[in-house]
Amino acid sequence: MQLPSLSELNLGLTVPALSLALWACILLVIDLFIPRDRKSVTAWLAAGGVVFAFIANLLVYRDPGVAFMGLFVADEFAGFLNIVVLLTAFIAILMSVDYLKRTGIERGEYYVLLLMTTSGIMFMNSANDLAVVFIALELLSIPLYVLAAFRAPEERSEEAGLKYFILGAFASAFFVFGAALIYGATGSSSLPVIVDAVGRALAGEGSSLLLLLMGSGLILAGLGFKVAVVPFHMWTPDVYEGAPTPVTAFMSVGAKVGGFAALLRILLVALPALTVAEGDAVAGWQTATWVVAALTLILGNIVAISQTNIKRLLAYSSIAHAGYVLMAVAAAGTPGVSDQATRAALIYLMAYMFTNLGAFAVAMAIEKDDGSGTSLDDFKGLGRSRPLLAAIMAVFMLSLTGIPLTAGFVGKWVVFQATIEAGLYTLAVIGVLTSVISAFYYVRVIVNMFLEDGEGDPAAAATPYVQWAIYLTFAGTLVLGIIPSLVTNLSGPVALAVASLVP
Amino acid sequence: MENYPQLVPLIILIPALGAIINMLVGARLTERWSSLIATTASALSFVIAILLYSYLHASGYQAAIVNPPVLQDWILIESLNINIPWQLRVDTLSVTMMLVITGVGTLIHIYSAGYMHGDPRFSRFFVYLNLFLAFMLILVAGNNFLVLFVGWEGVGLCSWFLIGFWFDKSRGIGWKNANAARKAMIANRVGDFGMLIGIFLTFWTFSTLDFYRPGEIANPHAGEHGAAVEHVEAATVEGETAGEHGDEHGDEHAAGPVYTDNEHIPTEQLGVFGQAERMLALPEGDPGRTVALGPFRADIVAVLGLITFFFLIGVTGKSAQIPLFVWLPDAMAGPTPASALIHAATMVTAGVYLMVRSNVFYAAADLTSLLVTIIGVATALVAGFVALGQWDIKRVLAYSTVSQLGFMVAAVGIGAYGAAMFHLVTHAFFKALLFLGSGSVIHGVEHGHHETHHAAHGDGHAGEADEFDPQDMRNMGGLASRMPVTYITYLIGTLALAGIWPFAGFWSKDEILGDSWVAGLVNNELGGFIALAGLLLAAAFTAFYMWRQVELVFHGRPRTEAAAHAPESSLSMLIPLIVLAVFSVIGGFINLPGNAAIPTLGLDAVLGVHQFGSFLEHSVVNIHAADLQPLIAIVALGLAIGAILMARSIYGLNRGVTADRRDVLEANASFSRMWRLANARLYWDETYRRLFEQPFNRTSQFLADTLDWAFWHDYVHDTIIAKGFRAIGTLLSQPVDLGLIDGVVNGIGRLMRWASGGLREIQTGYVRTYAVSVLLGVVVVLIILLLPYIQRALASGN
Repeated sequence: MQLPSLSELNLGLTVPALSLALWACILLVIDLFIPRDRKSVTAWLAAGGVVFAFIANLLVYRDPGVAFMGLFVADEFAGFLNIVVLLTAFIAILMSVDYLKRTGIERGEYYVLLLMTTSGIMFMNSANDLAVVFIALELLSIPLYVLAAFRAPEERSEEAGLKYFILGAFASAFFVFGAALIYGATGSSSLPVIVDAVGRALAGEGSSLLLLLMGSGLILAGLGFKVAVVPFHMWTPDVYEGAPTPVTAFMSVGAKVGGFAALLRILLVALPALTVAEGDAVAGWQTATWVVAALTLILGNIVAISQTNIKRLLAYSSIAHAGYVLMAVAAAGTPGVSDQATRAALIYLMAYMFTNLGAFAVAMAIEKDDGSGTSLDDFKGLGRSRPLLAAIMAVFMLSLTGIPLTAGFVGKWVVFQATIEAGLYTLAVIGVLTSVISAFYYVRVIVNMFLEDGEGDPAAAATPYVQWAIYLTFAGTLVLGIIPSLVTNLSGPVALAVASLVP
Repeated sequence: MENYPQLVPLIILIPALGAIINMLVGARLTERWSSLIATTASALSFVIAILLYSYLHASGYQAAIVNPPVLQDWILIESLNINIPWQLRVDTLSVTMMLVITGVGTLIHIYSAGYMHGDPRFSRFFVYLNLFLAFMLILVAGNNFLVLFVGWEGVGLCSWFLIGFWFDKSRGIGWKNANAARKAMIANRVGDFGMLIGIFLTFWTFSTLDFYRPGEIANPHAGEHGAAVEHVEAATVEGETAGEHGDEHGDEHAAGPVYTDNEHIPTEQLGVFGQAERMLALPEGDPGRTVALGPFRADIVAVLGLITFFFLIGVTGKSAQIPLFVWLPDAMAGPTPASALIHAATMVTAGVYLMVRSNVFYAAADLTSLLVTIIGVATALVAGFVALGQWDIKRVLAYSTVSQLGFMVAAVGIGAYGAAMFHLVTHAFFKALLFLGSGSVIHGVEHGHHETHHAAHGDGHAGEADEFDPQDMRNMGGLASRMPVTYITYLIGTLALAGIWPFAGFWSKDEILGDSWVAGLVNNELGGFIALAGLLLAAAFTAFYMWRQVELVFHGRPRTEAAAHAPESSLSMLIPLIVLAVFSVIGGFINLPGNAAIPTLGLDAVLGVHQFGSFLEHSVVNIHAADLQPLIAIVALGLAIGAILMARSIYGLNRGVTADRRDVLEANASFSRMWRLANARLYWDETYRRLFEQPFNRTSQFLADTLDWAFWHDYVHDTIIAKGFRAIGTLLSQPVDLGLIDGVVNGIGRLMRWASGGLREIQTGYVRTYAVSVLLGVVVVLIILLLPYIQRALASGN
């Protein structure tokens, strides 16, 4: 066996993801020399790394290719999601600087961990092999477990970290089991190779259909845990509530992006033709996906109604939003719609990223130093005491509901469109109805802000960094909402390009 | 130079940016910086307009279509095949409008810096002016009806801002200003309704709203038929014919085959006008000519008639024509520079621009064209007559504007699109000049009043003096010596408006008259006769009321202390007056007639003839440039001079205002009734009040008081519902409610509580519970996935 030469590895394509991981390692050392009271320097260095990766990503992303002998693929799909993830990381860093200081947990490794998990997500976006998906999944998860517990010794935070870790490990096991089954059925872990093997298996050259079906189900469960869809969602409210707020914000977007990236790539590159009977038009995993999506939409939205804490509310709302993305995944199971549905999922993720991060940033701006002040009652009177902040929050809430002229509407529009194109009418109806339900709890925040009188002072902790995060996300929400062509064009060519990736 | 059209988004963005800057920080800037920013923005736009013109000139007047970044897929619904791009168009027509808008606009910005000096909302005013420029440029630069409509609504909004600019003046004046703004808004809303229906119909008919598509040549025959437009072949600066130019450039630059017409483009890829022309060219009865309108099928001519009719409704609103013109005279409540820019030179001509842009439609719709002529002529006459009896210096000009717009509209009606545009351009010069002149007069009189008021302070006249109206011409007189620059420029504007040779108005007005002569006497069209007779009379009115104004304002002796002490205005106000005066003199030379009987001072040899017409011809298909008819020109000139002399003999020598502040005509028994009719504006507003407002008010009053309150609330609610409900309630409350319903409701409540409690119990916080749920989830997913497989296995097993 001949070892591949360095040039065959095609390292250039991996620069965005790899540079971030390397920079995280270097930063860990640099941080030792940064005095304790000047940890914001570490934040700036971390942000610089993110910016570098962002630029590098812009440079390579329109030039598809494979690296590491086909294990890693840099295509527009990955490039688009990298943009989303890097923006998430950048905004999360902005949100963290003051938060860490005022809650007294300002430690340099925080940013290192954040960069690590970000690079993990980027590897997820580009993974072209089940083994790489798994490694990236762990690179994504483990720093997040630590981050969730970062407020230790506070009990809730420790509990969040530990719960997340145990359940996460449990879910990872399912993923590995699924990957193993698929490997067993096809003899390869490379996604482009699997697709051929699936074709042969279906043609009757092997009796591995059962293994493939079970494998895909287990992978759906393992990644479903990461993106928090029902019934794999139960960790979400506890962890979101316990983790430091910027970590929650990051987790609610970043982990979902990584999870959906891997899910879409595995289902669409490796298993698009996985059908039970030979004549079936749609992929065999479509029914399962849409049932899960429907459950997620219904449960996420209904339970969110009864929440009284903004972080828990956003947690359930993030479950619900994962349901909308999963609608697009389900729609992708219909041949001919898969490109459109993939685009819809990506656009939804970007829209959701801006809006949700913004909502979290506002929630953080009114959160008190000890972590209290996040109940919905604390929003009362905000419209009078902080009119601008309240107005921006109102826009975020409307965007999460999906009101036109906001990013959320564009996301919902494309997802529903894809779902209808795929013929999943029941699912589309459920999606619309649950959107209506969601208006109930989002609008209640607005009502609290503007129509109710608050007692006392809704804390005004919006420091410049957080304000910039709020403005950035606000701008993103509005721009996407008003000029959707910006992103619909951007992701126009985003496709999985299955054929061209087979080595 | 080929890339110049790419600059066209900037022409809109720069004023928009100016507006934004002034909006954000204007309140903190000094007047100087605030006005400098706005004026610079406007001037930069003007520079771009000139660059665009030079592009057109160099490229042989080839139109260019520009897709600005970001917005290009403005409205794109692929599944319904709806694509309305945000496209901008650089062609001779749009560039003409841009030059006028930005040129006159810049001068008015400079003027405003002096006029608005000391106003508490100084920077706000410039925000509106810049915003207006941006929208007006969107209107004329758009390459489809919807972009045009965005501008159309935007300028309407700015107009509303500016009419009501002084909404907070004391003593009910502010309230009147706000009302005038509302009136403009409402009248325009009626028009916009028609405009929208016209746009919808256009889209229904052609499945697109684009005027022309990229690659399409608006008028392939431009410069060919010398019969209509004569070209002087002399190689002067502007004298080269477009056709030659176009060919040269085509050979040099075009990579593919050079097309001189649109025959190679399939019909469905043409813009609306190209499609309409194709359809019209089909023989009568061809199925391609018909358009399905619901259950009906109509011939394209009928459909175009409808479209143009609905556009016409929009035009009567925006360009202040009968029946919707009533808002424009009231719009003079706004600051004078705004009146000059929006309500005289540019915005109100948007309707004319729309019709000229749609000339293909109008040329095919004979019936609408006749209606357009009638409306234009009637407006010109009515407004011209009403202007005879007004005292407010700006109101006279307002009615004059309405009347002149009537000229342009009538010109469109008889198919003289080139003449309409020509008059639009010259009118922009001299009417802006007159408005700015009147502003200078008002400013001067106001200052004079302040001076005397301060001098007389303490005499107990303060209360009386505050009711002084600086716009009332009865308070003026003899200003010629006090304000010489204003006087001379105003005089030039007056002569230009009255159509005296060789001022700008003469050429454009007589071209309209000449065209109506051709339409009426040569082509035997009814519209031509109407236009010829009506417009000649209206032209005489014009000269009369303008000279009455000159006499009342500038000649004779001052009638008040204020007029006697009025100072000349500042330099920043006078410079625009002078520049505009120059253009009012020479503006007509851009389109000299090719008729030897009209003396042209030898300029035709230098400038060439029908330059403007052949320039426009590249975008306007039906240009119809008839020559001036010497007979008509002489008659019109005679009428104008006669009217001026008559006005001089009536109002001259300080006879204009009688001792009891009445007009000399009003005092004269035989003219008294007629003058009062003009002064009362023909009772037009009163008629509207009686016909529309009062019935509307009465109906709403009836609906509110009688139907809603007396019947619905008192009777239905109290008597039927409340009493009946109470009766039923008493009956049901004891046995039914307490027993049955309570049970059910409480049961549902208990159910929900049980369910949510159950859910909450699931969310225990125990990791083991969560892990079990994950496991159960996996099982469920696997069952769903494997169910079809098992079914199949069972089926094959059987």
